[in-house]
Amino acid sequence: MRASLFITCYNDTLFPETGRAVVRLLERLGVALDFLPAQTCCGQMHANTGFRAEAFSQAKQFVRLYRDAEAVVIPSSSCVAMIREQYPGLFAELGNEQLRGELTALLPRVYELSEFLTGPLGVEDVGAYFPHRVTYHASCHGLRGLAVGDRPLRLLAKVRGLDLVALENLDRCCGFGGTFSIKNAEVSSAMLAEKLTDVQRTRAEYCTALDNSCLMHLGGALHRQFAPMRTIHLAQILASTESEPAEVTP
Amino acid sequence: MSATLPNAEPHAELDPRLAPPFPKAALPVLRNAQLRKNVAHATDVIQAKRAHLVEEKQDWQQLRAAAAAIRDHVLDHLGDYLEQFETRCTAAGGVVHWATDAAEARAIILRILREEQASEVIKIKTMTSAEIQLNPALEAAGIAASETDLAEIILQLGHEEPSHIVVPSLHLNRAQVREIFARRMDLPQLSDDPRALTAAARTWLRRKFLTVPTAISGANFLIAETGAVAVVESEGNGRMCLTLPRTLITLAGIEKVIPRFADLEVMLQVLARSATGERMNPYTSLWTGVTPGDGPQRFHVVLLDNGRSPILARPTERQTLRCIRCGACQNTCPVYRQTGGHAYGSVYGGPIGAILTPQLMHMEHAQSLPFASSLCGACYEVCPVRINIPEVLIELRAQVVDQQRRRQNRMFDPLYLGMRAASGILASARRFGAAQRLGRIALRPFTRSDGWIHSLPGLGARWTLTRDLRGMPNQSFREWWAQRQEKQP
Repeated sequence: MRASLFITCYNDTLFPETGRAVVRLLERLGVALDFLPAQTCCGQMHANTGFRAEAFSQAKQFVRLYRDAEAVVIPSSSCVAMIREQYPGLFAELGNEQLRGELTALLPRVYELSEFLTGPLGVEDVGAYFPHRVTYHASCHGLRGLAVGDRPLRLLAKVRGLDLVALENLDRCCGFGGTFSIKNAEVSSAMLAEKLTDVQRTRAEYCTALDNSCLMHLGGALHRQFAPMRTIHLAQILASTESEPAEVTP
Repeated sequence: MSATLPNAEPHAELDPRLAPPFPKAALPVLRNAQLRKNVAHATDVIQAKRAHLVEEKQDWQQLRAAAAAIRDHVLDHLGDYLEQFETRCTAAGGVVHWATDAAEARAIILRILREEQASEVIKIKTMTSAEIQLNPALEAAGIAASETDLAEIILQLGHEEPSHIVVPSLHLNRAQVREIFARRMDLPQLSDDPRALTAAARTWLRRKFLTVPTAISGANFLIAETGAVAVVESEGNGRMCLTLPRTLITLAGIEKVIPRFADLEVMLQVLARSATGERMNPYTSLWTGVTPGDGPQRFHVVLLDNGRSPILARPTERQTLRCIRCGACQNTCPVYRQTGGHAYGSVYGGPIGAILTPQLMHMEHAQSLPFASSLCGACYEVCPVRINIPEVLIELRAQVVDQQRRRQNRMFDPLYLGMRAASGILASARRFGAAQRLGRIALRPFTRSDGWIHSLPGLGARWTLTRDLRGMPNQSFREWWAQRQEKQP
């Protein structure tokens, strides 16, 4: 199977190890993976901050770039939610019927990573080995926007050596919210503090998620508090094997 | 401030024109550990009850869809249904008044009260009266307004502001309620046992019910088909107000109308479960005009627009007017959980307030509210009339930014400049790659030996307030990919 990786702007810039893990994982599973260097960003940050015209440019760029792709894999549920939930409205509002048509044809081929694995690839056991105690944080866009359900948990359950520990108040936001964490830094921090209490109560070694955005938020606070727990994207756990363990950030 | 005249102080805190922006208004609340504990506890309790009752309802999603469809149908034909309501209500002996804005609504109510020669009124909990700042206006006119809803009594006696649309005193715990009652009712021996507190309130209220001949209520629903008004409540104090006085004035937003009596079957089911986590609310009162010899003999309805009708014209935002004020979005909201309602600078706090208030203000005030959300979507998930609050928030954010684009001072807003610059950078992969390399160099001085950034200047300081940031890696993903392609062509 062929697929094109849309890495997303912040993974590209700040979390290249997640991208490398997606490449390793999908190639191990026999996917012919492609990366189009012309890609930049889905436009979520602009759309959610009110910069609609700017978001439209990104959306247009995305659809033009991927309209012929067999499948687009994105290791970020919030970017996928942006594409699925907001692109149709953006194109409709700007009256671009051609783009709208192209988007409608493209959307069924756009997948968040756990969707791609459990959907078109039809795997739950990806042959991973990660001998650690792990808790899973459900990012809001994965949980409500994409309704990924227990897909990530099913994937994690099949990882050898992994001790999965449930997180309480799983459906509560960590307080990141993109520019919300800047505009409303104090409220965002209060939400984060409450989430951290639940996360740390699991006594896990790693907190994982579908989105590095939530993990950057949680991980930043864990580091600030000298907590031993680390954050790791789901792709890195799934890519990890005995011979090639996950790349762990400092 | 006079102890004998309740609500003598202006409600500046809940006036969207005067309230500070949300991030600033939230600060004192974030420092108030007791308030945050009270809000978290109360919303946890209501949410758990709601979740249990929604789960037992097999057709909950169909009920939500039906409720949304009823409300949408009303909004599509609002003028017709309001006229029908007016005709039927008038035929039944009621008097219908139309108020374009808050000032007109206050003037109408004051005129009726003067005709009644009223020096005192009793009130059923009505958030709409708080929206139009009615109590301060009554006070200024020398009319004492006595709240009769338990939560509203607590607020009135304690000189507190409502923080929730269903449980306005949700930010107070019973020890604080006891303190207010003991002080204001002169009951130093009062215990904080809920029964003792409600008994004290009952004694306090009974005197009002038996002596004050004029009442003001809100409305949960106006029924176009029959001209009836419906109020749902838990305490029975509302029913006392609706039945004992000689004169009743009902204030209702124009969106409160529903077509038929039978529609209550859907609306009451979703409302009770969503609002208080009950299968059915304890008291549902319906009255149609005036019945000779029974109940109030003079009945007025004031239909309030106050910024609602312009919302109807906007396709994305009009769903805001489906709202039946159940407060479920407030109970589930992780932002409201931290701040309570006061930070929203309006009687309508939480997610619904974040979309409703700026629209009622014609987008001229409360522009920080659409940004007071992490867009987590929990509100949409619980909304019994399926208001896609995140969608409306994003729409309103775009309107705020469009206003900013026209302003000269936008060039002094670092976030605005940053977003514009980012757009230029993200328009081309070449520029994006260059910006990544530049960013790496720019962040180097802030990156400590452990590879993390602990403190940033400017906007970045908002992030490093409580969070570290991992330093930028030496190689972006795209650089790694390009290198890999070179090695294995």
